[in-house]
Amino acid sequence: MKKTTKQTLITLGMVLACYAVVEILMALGLVSSLMKGVLVPVCIYSLCAIGLNICVGYLGELSLGHAGFMCVGAFSGALCTKFLEGFIHNKAILFIIALFVGVCMAALFGFLIGIPVLRLNGDYLAIVTLAFGEIIKNIINNIYIAKDGSGYRFAFINSKTIELGEEGTWILNGPQGISKIPRISNFTIGIVLILIVLVISYNLVNSRTGRAIMSIRDNRIAAESIGINVTKYKMLAFVISAAIAGAGGVLYAHNLSTITATPTNFGYNMSIMILVFVVLGGMGSFRGSIIAAALLTLLPEMLRGLSDYRMLIYSIVLIAMMLFNWAPKSREWRDMMVEKFKEKRLKKEVD
Amino acid sequence: MKVMKKVLAVALMAAMVVSMTACGGAKGGSSTWKIGGIGPLTGGAALYGNAALNGAQIAVDEINEAGGINGYKIEFKAEDDQHDAEKSVNAYNSLKDWGMQALCGTVTTTPCLAVAELSAEDNIFEVTPSASNPDVVSHDNCFQVCFTDPNQGSASAKYIGEKKLASKVAVIYNSSDSYSQGVEETFVKEAANQSFEIVVETAFTDDSKTDFSTQLQQCQDAGAELVFCPFYYEVAAVILTQADQMGYKPIFFGVDGMDGILGVENFDTKLAEGVYLLTPFAADATDERTQKFVKTYQDKYGETPIQFAADGYDVIYVIKAAAEKANLKPDQTNEELCKALSQAMTQVSVDGLTGNGMTWAASGEVSKAPMAVIIKDGVYVSVE
Amino acid sequence: MELVKYLINGISLGSIYAIIALGYTMVYGIAKMLNFAHGDIIMVGCYVVFICMSNLGIGAIPSIILSVVICIALGMTIEKIAYKPLRKATSLAVLITAIGVSYFLQNSALLVFGANTKSFTNVVTLPSLTLAGGELIISGTTIVTVVCCIVIMLALTLFIKKTKAGQAMLAVSEDKDAAQLMGINVNGTISLTFAIGSGLAAIAGVLFCSAYPTLTPFIGSMPGIKAFTAAVFGGIGSIPGALIGGILLGIIEILGKAYISTQLSDAIAFAVLIIVLLVKPSGMLGENIREKV
Repeated sequence: MKKTTKQTLITLGMVLACYAVVEILMALGLVSSLMKGVLVPVCIYSLCAIGLNICVGYLGELSLGHAGFMCVGAFSGALCTKFLEGFIHNKAILFIIALFVGVCMAALFGFLIGIPVLRLNGDYLAIVTLAFGEIIKNIINNIYIAKDGSGYRFAFINSKTIELGEEGTWILNGPQGISKIPRISNFTIGIVLILIVLVISYNLVNSRTGRAIMSIRDNRIAAESIGINVTKYKMLAFVISAAIAGAGGVLYAHNLSTITATPTNFGYNMSIMILVFVVLGGMGSFRGSIIAAALLTLLPEMLRGLSDYRMLIYSIVLIAMMLFNWAPKSREWRDMMVEKFKEKRLKKEVD
Repeated sequence: MKVMKKVLAVALMAAMVVSMTACGGAKGGSSTWKIGGIGPLTGGAALYGNAALNGAQIAVDEINEAGGINGYKIEFKAEDDQHDAEKSVNAYNSLKDWGMQALCGTVTTTPCLAVAELSAEDNIFEVTPSASNPDVVSHDNCFQVCFTDPNQGSASAKYIGEKKLASKVAVIYNSSDSYSQGVEETFVKEAANQSFEIVVETAFTDDSKTDFSTQLQQCQDAGAELVFCPFYYEVAAVILTQADQMGYKPIFFGVDGMDGILGVENFDTKLAEGVYLLTPFAADATDERTQKFVKTYQDKYGETPIQFAADGYDVIYVIKAAAEKANLKPDQTNEELCKALSQAMTQVSVDGLTGNGMTWAASGEVSKAPMAVIIKDGVYVSVE
Repeated sequence: MELVKYLINGISLGSIYAIIALGYTMVYGIAKMLNFAHGDIIMVGCYVVFICMSNLGIGAIPSIILSVVICIALGMTIEKIAYKPLRKATSLAVLITAIGVSYFLQNSALLVFGANTKSFTNVVTLPSLTLAGGELIISGTTIVTVVCCIVIMLALTLFIKKTKAGQAMLAVSEDKDAAQLMGINVNGTISLTFAIGSGLAAIAGVLFCSAYPTLTPFIGSMPGIKAFTAAVFGGIGSIPGALIGGILLGIIEILGKAYISTQLSDAIAFAVLIIVLLVKPSGMLGENIREKV
């Protein structure tokens, strides 16, 4: 079996094994409500971390706007569900349509934002994605959609242009967001999404396209000189990355009954949190992303008293991981440890 | 190295799975009332959560000292939600594991919308001290102690119109905050029926709430005599200072979020002279109940309580009144309790810190008289 | 008259952006890294002044001096611990570290000072200037801000042109290895750059909080990002560029709010950043540098 195929199967197996164990424990009634409640968020953040990992780990560009794509996915998915709620009663179909719409919208935004953004690289790209994330949030807070007897009403910035009749209801009410979204998301859906996304992601990075993307990361100019269409591959990676974040957003929207675009859930902070998952799990390792996302979502809930220190610990994790990976002294130390390990093995073999 | 990584990964996964069960909560313990509280205890909105849940704690202590509800003591547990819907759901689940029978919360609106869906499903009786969106109480099990946003907006407009405080009014609101936008919307709607005219409607967002020179300039140029400020007090402190720097001195009129402005560290309270605010609670009111509460709060937490603290305090007494009305005992199931409490709520009338003779409609909204106060010599004074 | 008032507000805001932008532009020019934590150093500077003045009762000038000293020490420490070991690392690693440092400062401040907003006392006691028969009032804070900004620009330009250390900075920004061969202490020069940038951040912070008197642990991040925009706008690495970029951004922001929409003010400010980066990434006064393998 090829090494890459093995890797993929191990990761998929790991996710499935976790799912099986959790389901068994739930059936036995051993899982607390708190933990049941965190299962879907774990899936959401795993998805987003996998998405961002394609961008950071494989494309080598830092996006600080992934919460923005999540936001697009969440709002378009939730809107879709709200529109179709009255016509389709099967929750599974409803969710699949919402997922499709959310992912497409996130990909579309990824594409639109990618056109200008991907001409840049490095620090500039990071800061522009940050800017786009904030703009998306700002604009969503100014969209008003309502429904009454005479149909749907739209307004931008000024909600007072909509005069609702007696039976009118708000669907998206600016900063008040969307409320009363049917709670369809569950752990099974989350796991299925993770499995699908993992298969897609592994296939992408292990293909010819994936190698082209990685060559851009390692040396853009050299890649260009051997005829790789840098813009095309950069765009491809960026759009897929955004689409996966969008899927996470759809799951998010259907997990809570209400969503609003605030700095805490779809702002810069969320983008950083996803980045922490990717960095801690290891850039370029999808398996690591999932483990890190799960761990960092579960741990703070179990140690609720420590919530004051959560963000502080995250920041230290970021700095420490970078220093551990790049500082000359830590590299020397790591090389030394590897040498020692090899020596031991050699000795064993000799014995 | 690789082997190590694999071992680490497996160990982590195992640890996670084990931990999921470790928290399996023990149910039962029906000899006391278990009331949970959820609010932002850390993060940007921490002040409101802490105030409300501290207020609730004082009420719990008082009731326990006096013999409890129907002879049973209350256990109160507060959980943090950082003003985030997702964290709030986690806090709710953690309280559910603890065996919560009634919920005092959540303090802020958006998390409350998410939690209310769950509490309705689980049949847990919920009274929110301060989540003011009307959608919060759309389920039968959920009641509000505070005014709803629309109520505050239209009451303010009526008050300004009836008292003829100004003929030209400007509105500044936070267009990224649901509470602020909710109040503003109804204020403007009601203003159309009143004698004054709205000359400027201008906004700011959570990401740009430091520089108000432009917004104040717009108000000044339009000749607004009164600025309606439906947002929280920390922003109000900035606006008042900047208006003073510009030499612009209109009447500022706030709603309940403005309460607390006198407590902002290092804020020159002289600038707040003559500020009106519509709040159901003033810490310097002379009635015995308020004075006793303020004294206890100051002794215990070292600061003067804001309106949120009074709301939290009232929530516990409201739950008590409903439980006594229906003559309930804590060994009943949540379903029975929730149903009986929800029914009793529409029949009780409670004299609390935030209003006398508060009653509730089946919809969950409170009915009480709004009260306007004006800041004079650094303290709130009621105006009639 | 309305427009004049808005322009004055814009220039006042822009001057603060310009001073902050200097810190970004110098560090970016020399260390080739985006110091994300720069905005949070502003916040630390503000808290130092706040505590000195309202809790310890120290006068305004000594407080500001103390704050500058502390910020310089902080800036140099951060550089030494977090950035220096990463000189040879990819820019991605450095950027992530810088974000980590920014978060570390914000959350440490949150733990130490609490989340409650504090009202900052204006350090400027200059009376306001009344022009055009009372129609136009320019506050003392505005005057001091603009004067400070100009003085700092001039002083910094002189420093770079006339002193050895300044020339060393230029040399390092041009070519690190060549500078080292010419006997310039590269690490020392980078340290000095961080020191100057952080000291300026403290001054900018005090001016910012005097004009917009509110203080929270997150106060620095927004002006930080906008000042970076200003630095890019003017051309990164250029000192007069930071001045022009800052003031233009300030004016655009205020006019955008006044004449387009206050609801969309964030979107407008960020849109400027995006447009500038797309149309002319090298900025108005920056040089185009061709990349080589």
